[in-house]
Amino acid sequence: MLNVSIYRYNPEVDNEPYMQDFQFDTQGKDLMVLDVLEKLKIEDPSLVFRRSCREGVCGSDGVNISGKNGLACITPLSEAVKGNSLIIRPLPGLPVIRDLVIDMSQFYAQYEKIQPYMINNSPAPAIERLQTPEERAKLDGLYECILCACCSTACPSFWWNPEKFIGPSGLLQAYRFLADSRDTATAERLSKLDDPFSVFRCHGIMNCVQVCPKGLNPTKAIGHIRNMLMRNPT
Amino acid sequence: MASLRTMSFDAVIVGGGGSGMRAALQLAQSGYKTAVITKVFPTRSHTVSAQGGITCAIASDDPDDRWQWHMYDTVKGSDYIGDQEAIEYMCQTGPEAVFELEHMGLPFSRTEEGRIYQRPFGGQSKDYGAGGQAARTCAAADRTGHALLHTLYQGNLKNKTVFLNEWFAVDIVKNSDNAVVGVVAINIETGECVYVKSKATVFATGGAGRIYASTTNAHICTGDGVGMAIRAGFPVQDIEMWQFHPTGIHGAGTLVTEGCRGEGGYLINKDGERFMERYAPNAKDLAGRDVVARSMVLEILEGRGCGPDGDHVFLKLDHLGEEALNAKLPGILELSRTFAHADPVKEPIPVVPTCHYMMGGIPTNVNGQALTIDREGNDQVIEGFYACGEAACVSVHGANRLGGNSLLDLVVFGRASGIFIENELSKGIDLKDATQEDIDRAMAGLNRINASTEGENAAVLRAELQTIMQNFFGVFRRGDYMQKGVKKLDELRPRIENVYLDDKSNSFNTARIEALELQNLFETAYATAIAAEGRTESRGAHAREDFQERDDENWLCHSIYFPGSKEIGKRAVNFTLKTREPFEPKIRTY
Repeated sequence: MLNVSIYRYNPEVDNEPYMQDFQFDTQGKDLMVLDVLEKLKIEDPSLVFRRSCREGVCGSDGVNISGKNGLACITPLSEAVKGNSLIIRPLPGLPVIRDLVIDMSQFYAQYEKIQPYMINNSPAPAIERLQTPEERAKLDGLYECILCACCSTACPSFWWNPEKFIGPSGLLQAYRFLADSRDTATAERLSKLDDPFSVFRCHGIMNCVQVCPKGLNPTKAIGHIRNMLMRNPT
Repeated sequence: MASLRTMSFDAVIVGGGGSGMRAALQLAQSGYKTAVITKVFPTRSHTVSAQGGITCAIASDDPDDRWQWHMYDTVKGSDYIGDQEAIEYMCQTGPEAVFELEHMGLPFSRTEEGRIYQRPFGGQSKDYGAGGQAARTCAAADRTGHALLHTLYQGNLKNKTVFLNEWFAVDIVKNSDNAVVGVVAINIETGECVYVKSKATVFATGGAGRIYASTTNAHICTGDGVGMAIRAGFPVQDIEMWQFHPTGIHGAGTLVTEGCRGEGGYLINKDGERFMERYAPNAKDLAGRDVVARSMVLEILEGRGCGPDGDHVFLKLDHLGEEALNAKLPGILELSRTFAHADPVKEPIPVVPTCHYMMGGIPTNVNGQALTIDREGNDQVIEGFYACGEAACVSVHGANRLGGNSLLDLVVFGRASGIFIENELSKGIDLKDATQEDIDRAMAGLNRINASTEGENAAVLRAELQTIMQNFFGVFRRGDYMQKGVKKLDELRPRIENVYLDDKSNSFNTARIEALELQNLFETAYATAIAAEGRTESRGAHAREDFQERDDENWLCHSIYFPGSKEIGKRAVNFTLKTREPFEPKIRTY
């Protein structure tokens, strides 16, 4: 039997959070962590977590699994279990609403701050705006972000300044638009990032790279933004 | 009953997926007070899982491509019960709608000319079937749904749409004229119930693949819109038509895009034979999805399936080369390695037909206006009520949807609904206010669940429902089996209506939401069962062993499920094209 230890907190009932242990029979299968949560919820419907696509593209079920942030639906027990124990906690650094569900408002607010949409005020052509495969390739590794918050909530700089430091996810998206040949607001975007906190609080700790379930590299994107800021002082 | 807090909007969209956000964008752009009620943060919606692309005649791959050819393919694909007026509108308007998405920033893959990359998909042809395979599906690698959904969310942020994220619509509020005047919704985080009042209520609630045990669909695809419509007494159309996608990963159910076969992959049986050559000599692996799915099941039933239990077939991709796979199908490599423990660069992916898409839904016209049928059998618009995307049946997919047409459907008709409502709002909409009684009626189901003191667990009941649907209403169907299935559902109904909610807390209580979703799943499943049993022919995705032929004399029509009588009726298919003579039904071969 696998020992599954889960962070529990229901604000209506509990004065403080606690860890609850469950015994779980994997029947020898290398299940995903989400499968375990789903099965435990049948026994205890009060257990609360987010989930949607269950295939690693919607970004709902970011949790802290045995000490590392990741998506429950694509993390197999073979990677997650240490000793005979699986420990599941909410993503760190943001307020907990209940059990494994965190309040992501601050994370989303940082995303919105970078103006995460195409800006191009020239009249649109009758067909698509043209873009070469090479220009398009610059967006690979950027646009795939699923906003799961695994990276930002693994980042000590974000824990320290969640209201001022954009965080790795938001900055990855900032660079996604800076790098897009179709976007014309480069100067405006850079000037909004040009302060001591938004970008420069990144100290290259690279937790974000280590945990990103999509294999993306926010640190690299942040490096590009730094270079752009230093080359084009605003 | 204490009265609920009321929030008022010009338009409320229920559902934050592709169609809902496209409709919302249209209305927010024109300055109307618009809210999106969505039970998950918008980018968690199931549109995100669409992989292969959005089919549309933008004439990039072939400069001579024509939307009329796409229209022909779609009519044929629908097995002739798609409404031709709606298909014409979709295929003709498509390019404009796709270019708008590109202008909003959607990161499409590109050709050497800098245009949008298009790949071949099943059921596509040039020159009305005479010119061979077309490549008409616009793609962002194999992550087109993700790219599209994020782009639409971003567009809505730019236009300041109000999002009620992690709110769940419980039921429709109707006034004394039987018009829809909003919904009751529950704020999942706090448990507060609110009457969300609106002059136009758009259901963009997506599909319901979770009525089956094995599905490519997300956990959240629970037929909420169809369930609410049925409880409000409104009919649903062609709900027996469920698409089984040929390539769900065996065991896990996760989708492997048809784009794999578009890029040159193919299916093999245990003998390594490319068996689709026998079933569809011309289109082979790119025949219609219904045709491919049935062929796979026949291979398995005849003992040529793969694996120790012979219960799946293989999708072979390794011959395409690692470089092409990395460039064109990177998401598939990830999914296969994670869920099938197979690396497609070296070995084939075990796949099996898996429930994927609801062709039926809330009947609408091309403006998204939801319809009911009056006593004389005529269409009648339901005031204040609209639907688009998978929840709607407009009907562009008829009995079988072509790959890549769902994303086009949701963009084109989300947009069309938005444009129509915009216009109505500018003229002024005057609907009678709901009374306290009207609102209380919409709260009845939730109140019953909240008051439950005994009964069964929602998850257990849900699993039972899914097993019944999987066993009795799957790829192949038979009258006597289906009658048994209906009987089992009849027995299940009171147990589901009396579901027990043990945890009555308010804060982010997902058990309460799942109990509500279960009601929606059940209504969708029940309508499916009645309509499937009733349609005594084989057409598109609806394949009956006891009625193997298509019966145009009796069934070249939509089925309509009436919730009051729990019976099905018929509704004429639209054969009126604005630009040419209609396409007459022909024998459908690939």
